Amino acid sequence: MYQKRPVITQKKDWVLILLYSTIASIGLLCIFSVEYRGGDEVIKSILEFKKNYSKQFYYLMACIVIAVFILLTDSKLFTATPMLLYAIGIALMLMTFVLGKTVNGSKSWIPLGFMNLQPVETCKIFTSLALAKYLSNADLDFTKSKSQLVAAFICFFPILFSILQNETGLALVYFAFLLPMYREGFPPVYLAIGISLGILLVLTLLSTPTQLIIAITLITLLAIIYLNRKIKRNSRILFIIISIWLTSLFFVGIAVPFLFKHVFQKYQSDRIFSMVGRDNPYQLNNEIVNTQIIKPLKKTKSDFENYNVKQSKIAIGSGGLIGKGFLKGTQTQGDFVPEQHTDFIFTSLGENFGFVGSVILMLLYLTLLLRIVFIAERQRSTFSRVYAYSVASIIFFHVAVNICMTIGLAPVIGITLPLMSYGGSSLLTFTVLIFILIRLDADRQMILR
Amino acid sequence: MSLFNESRKNVIKLIFIGLFVIIIIRLFTLQVITSKYKTLADDQGIFRKVVYPDRGIIFDRKKRSILQNTSISDLMVTPNKIKGIDTALFCKIMNIDSIQFKKRIIDLIVKYGWSRPCVFEPLLSEEKMAIINESMYKFSPAFYLQERSIRSYPYDAAANVLGYTAEVDTNFLKKHPNEGYVAGDYAGMTGLERSYEKVLMGVRGIQYWKRDNKNRLTEKLDNGKYDTVAVAGQNIYTSIDIELQELGEKLMQNKLGSIVAINPKTGAILAMVSAPSYQPKYMTGSQRRKHFSELFLNPSLPLLNRTVSATYSPGSTFKTLQALIGLHEGVITTRTLFSCNGAFYGCGSTKPMHCLDFGTFDLRNAITVSDNTYFANVMQRVINNPKFSNVDSALLNWDRYMYAFGLGHKLGVDLPSEKSGNIPTPAFYNKIYGQGKWNFCNFRSVSIGQGEVDVTPLQVANEMAFIANKGWYYIPHVVDSIEGGDKFEVLSKYQQKIRPTVIPDSIFNAVHDGMQGVVDRGTGAGAKVKDIVVCGKTGTVENYYRGVKQQNHSFFCGFAPRDNPKIAIMCVVENSGRFGGTYAAPIVGLMIEKYLRDSITDKVRLAKIEQLSGLKLIPARIAYEIKKQDSIRRSKDLSLLFSKGFIKSRKDTLGLDDDQPEKEDEGKNKSGNENTPKKSTIKSKAILPKNKKLSLLKNNLSNPRN
Repeated sequence: MYQKRPVITQKKDWVLILLYSTIASIGLLCIFSVEYRGGDEVIKSILEFKKNYSKQFYYLMACIVIAVFILLTDSKLFTATPMLLYAIGIALMLMTFVLGKTVNGSKSWIPLGFMNLQPVETCKIFTSLALAKYLSNADLDFTKSKSQLVAAFICFFPILFSILQNETGLALVYFAFLLPMYREGFPPVYLAIGISLGILLVLTLLSTPTQLIIAITLITLLAIIYLNRKIKRNSRILFIIISIWLTSLFFVGIAVPFLFKHVFQKYQSDRIFSMVGRDNPYQLNNEIVNTQIIKPLKKTKSDFENYNVKQSKIAIGSGGLIGKGFLKGTQTQGDFVPEQHTDFIFTSLGENFGFVGSVILMLLYLTLLLRIVFIAERQRSTFSRVYAYSVASIIFFHVAVNICMTIGLAPVIGITLPLMSYGGSSLLTFTVLIFILIRLDADRQMILR
Repeated sequence: MSLFNESRKNVIKLIFIGLFVIIIIRLFTLQVITSKYKTLADDQGIFRKVVYPDRGIIFDRKKRSILQNTSISDLMVTPNKIKGIDTALFCKIMNIDSIQFKKRIIDLIVKYGWSRPCVFEPLLSEEKMAIINESMYKFSPAFYLQERSIRSYPYDAAANVLGYTAEVDTNFLKKHPNEGYVAGDYAGMTGLERSYEKVLMGVRGIQYWKRDNKNRLTEKLDNGKYDTVAVAGQNIYTSIDIELQELGEKLMQNKLGSIVAINPKTGAILAMVSAPSYQPKYMTGSQRRKHFSELFLNPSLPLLNRTVSATYSPGSTFKTLQALIGLHEGVITTRTLFSCNGAFYGCGSTKPMHCLDFGTFDLRNAITVSDNTYFANVMQRVINNPKFSNVDSALLNWDRYMYAFGLGHKLGVDLPSEKSGNIPTPAFYNKIYGQGKWNFCNFRSVSIGQGEVDVTPLQVANEMAFIANKGWYYIPHVVDSIEGGDKFEVLSKYQQKIRPTVIPDSIFNAVHDGMQGVVDRGTGAGAKVKDIVVCGKTGTVENYYRGVKQQNHSFFCGFAPRDNPKIAIMCVVENSGRFGGTYAAPIVGLMIEKYLRDSITDKVRLAKIEQLSGLKLIPARIAYEIKKQDSIRRSKDLSLLFSKGFIKSRKDTLGLDDDQPEKEDEGKNKSGNENTPKKSTIKSKAILPKNKKLSLLKNNLSNPRN
């Protein structure tokens, strides 16, 4: 007893633990405000395990127990087993095709009796560990493209299963691993290309291809004029500029329409377009035939998603500067926002606590991220650092996309808000991610491989 | 290598911070700058429920309530709960078939959605209510009864005075934009309901409710922090004597016309009968629309309050005023004599004005026997008075008297749609005959209350109050007091005594003498009441409808008792034929007796009531039109008439606004087409369009009698 006590408390990053518990508590209160109606018996429903907030309360309790267990383990466990765990994760994802339970149209859940497990979620942990393990290999030369390819394969292999499970949104999360890879020396051009592609994609959604082609061409011309002298000295720059221009044109004019017409399912492209409140311009012809002749009155799924985003924006926008007060949001209480306790949990905070509350939450998340980056940089071992960056990137991707989704800046792709959204799977994933980091951080002086 | 890449942590931090800043900016525009979402949220999330207070109750002179509230039920339905109820039984009870039932439910779903309670059948009749209430438990919770307050009339009387409420239409909403009315509200449309709308309606309460995504009300917003409480309308005490009113309406059965009785000392209206009337309860409850259409189409215009909205030539009742002016102007004295040799030849012999009683009369006797020649001479002297330089100023002087007596302008009674009547002015004649091209002889029939003079029955009654009081009156009004105070300052003008001219009592005494003679030994003997000195004056009014001479109107006005007068009263029976003394006088006599004695017990008098109320004096023309309409109605359903354009628009209310009665008359005439009987509003030439009136003036100024 005497010896164990310092093990669990010593060198633990209490800031991180505090941030974790604060955000998780806020999440619990938000779920409570979504479900609670005047006159409900809170104690009774907590005991009866019926309401979502009571379930989430028990999930949180379970997560705390698991967190304590993680803190009690030896760090070497995590360096010893990543590849095994990764294999188990992939196996679990394969199992969903056999044992899977269909929830909301995607067959990605494994029923465990007391909760449903979503392997795509948990596999993030294993992937992080596996990536860390691979990159911390002493013999590795990450400047070689072969090792870069292997790292990319580790990160992006689970995407394949995710897409097969009809969970495209969750698959995108794995692109977050670009950041730790970048930190470890992955050529920045890939990150730049990734980000520019993202910006271009959003712009293609917001405007027509013609507008965009004109805009890109203008920017190219301006760049040529601006770099006139340099081009005279070095004609390679002109070549680079023109090739970028041509690539962009290809991307905007051919690749994106091709993607929407032939690669994405109709509901997927509809989803993406619903975010900006536009009809899907690439499958218009089919749509006219379908909607007008066959089912003129039936609401399509994209209408429903339009409705989601609209209601979400109304709830957040009506919060004003300081919000309507806890349990006083009319949109939350009136069940206007669909899926409010899971993907749209931010709306209840935005409505009840307004801009001030939203900014405080954003700052909490930002502090969490920067703290993790700070922790990452103080590690002696590459394994811990890569793992920390993986955790930060995953959380960042989730927070950014989820909140953008609720305020109409990103398509509704079913990504949860870390530690806040209702759901045992998601909460467990982030708890484990963070507490493994805390455990590793406690041994920051050791070199782990 | 890790050292080499350490600067990259800053890039990563920058990416984190950059995206979070973008999100915060977006949140700022969404939550702080844009107000659109706030409005959208309130629109869908908050329901503003209006709580209607009870309307005020209206009491009569003896504090009996004559207009109050009662509750009636709406049958409500929540479509998504219908599953499993015995539809067949329900349809049987409601007396509809299952196709109708389905159609109505589907209509409601389209309009209000699945889960919101809405009205299946409004205002259930008592019989239906009794049947459905028994088996209600079988249909709940899909169906339930919801009570609502409607107006009820304990007495079957005074319909036109009390008025009715109706759902406001778009026109009404346009005219009263900032008074908090919304479509679906009820507001007073006629009578006291209209003129005291502000007092009776009370203050509406507003409750803010939270509403959920299925449009159900969940709970009050912030525990009712922003709610306002509904305040019931104020009760109103009127001077109407409901028993007197009932008697008046009984006497006027099967007749067209009106009775107005005023307490001369206060100007308080005691009874105000407009015949034909209707059962006031017709205007409430489930059958309202049907009844309204019938009443609206009835050629005898039961919805018109004739006491204030109909104008007539006053006939010989006008002579009392002529006498007052003559005496006060000094052109005659009480001893001035004129004789009647069969006609008035003051304007030459080509167009003599006949009189019935041959002989020579002084003022008193001239009033008593209603001598035309006498008053033609009086007015001739007034108009040709050398005191004035020309006819214009003399007539203007005469007009001034008439205005002072309450004629030629709206009195300002507290009822809507009052008409001003007409007192001819010099400008009026200048327009017809040209400047300076007319003299007394052009309008000599005005001297005996024919021709261009138009008065409302209320003005005549008020003129009697003026004479009874010897020179003053209060503006006639129905409402005495408002419970809880006159917050809207509507009653103050009825508390000011109006004494526009100062005429010595002696002059009034002479006129009173003449009027007493009318009842005691003259044309108005029918108004005699045992042991009460009644002063009165008959009138037999010639009138024209579309240029065709109609049966005379029978007029009688008077007051009683002569000393310390307590009631001033007038009665007109339209197109009854015969003389003023024949019908109007006995009706007035009975009314006076009822009011002053509180009850009529004498068998002879009771028999008289029965005899008069049994008389059918509906003019043949109106009777014919009613019959014709009935036969059309019998052959075709009323709704068919609507669809065939028989009636152009299904108006639900008469838009009786003070500023547009003329338009409304036109509207009514328009509402019939070639197949329908043409009807005018009032069967007197007084309301004919101006041009028609002018042509009449020129052609028909011949020989009014009596």
